[in-house]
Amino acid sequence: MADILKAFLLGGIICVIGQLLIDLTKITPARIMVVFVVLGVILGLFGLYQPLVEWGSAGASVPLTGFGNTLAKGVIKEINEKGFLGVFTGGVKAAAAGITAAVTFGYIMAIASKPKVKK
Amino acid sequence: MKKPISKHEYQKMVDKKAPGSHIARNIFAAFITGGIICSIGQVVLMIAENFGADKDTAAAVTSITMIFLGAFLTGINVYDEIAKFGGAGASVPITGFSNSIVSPAMEFKKEGYIMGVGAKMFLIAGPVLVYGIFASVVAGLLYFIWKQVV
Repeated sequence: MADILKAFLLGGIICVIGQLLIDLTKITPARIMVVFVVLGVILGLFGLYQPLVEWGSAGASVPLTGFGNTLAKGVIKEINEKGFLGVFTGGVKAAAAGITAAVTFGYIMAIASKPKVKK
Repeated sequence: MKKPISKHEYQKMVDKKAPGSHIARNIFAAFITGGIICSIGQVVLMIAENFGADKDTAAAVTSITMIFLGAFLTGINVYDEIAKFGGAGASVPITGFSNSIVSPAMEFKKEGYIMGVGAKMFLIAGPVLVYGIFASVVAGLLYFIWKQVV
């Protein structure tokens, strides 16, 4: 239960940062998403995001910064194991489950659903 | 003819709520929405771990499940309502990434399966992947160089 509460708090706070950026800078949500993923990569490269994952678990991994962190962690791990080739293979390899799920479920749902008639 | 894609919808919503008096409300809604979505992720993660999945597997299962939920709720026209309420609380979690794929793909289905669904799926997800993957390559190069030096 404590873990769920921590995930709630951390996830909530990360989303509030996004909301503040939207409200205060008029930046679009699409840009927020790009910024958060890139921010996650940068924090992940310097090992600064992992402590958040250790503390808040899904609260850190479910937001898009967590996706960025996964990319960075993957690239570092792959470079350590395979050398230079890891620069090109590590990121997408680590994010493969997410990317493939997004394309697959996204495609199926888009095909299967009808857009709501706008009022 | 309106262009009812989610980005514009979001933007309209943002513009409507731009006055400062709404900021406190938006922050509260983002906190609650983001918090609940991450809590659901945490429950999925704990269930996966209970089944004996290691850390990486449990994380992958959580991502896949959350992405499915985001796509499914978008398909049944529920996620856009959540996004209207929760703002960044709905777009920052990975479910929002999923929503950004399904929403335009549904709207542009009338333009066909290749240039409609196939292309518009990546209207927002495309930039996210381009900058995310490119950033990971830059990070990898920096790490590789740092490793040679140290």
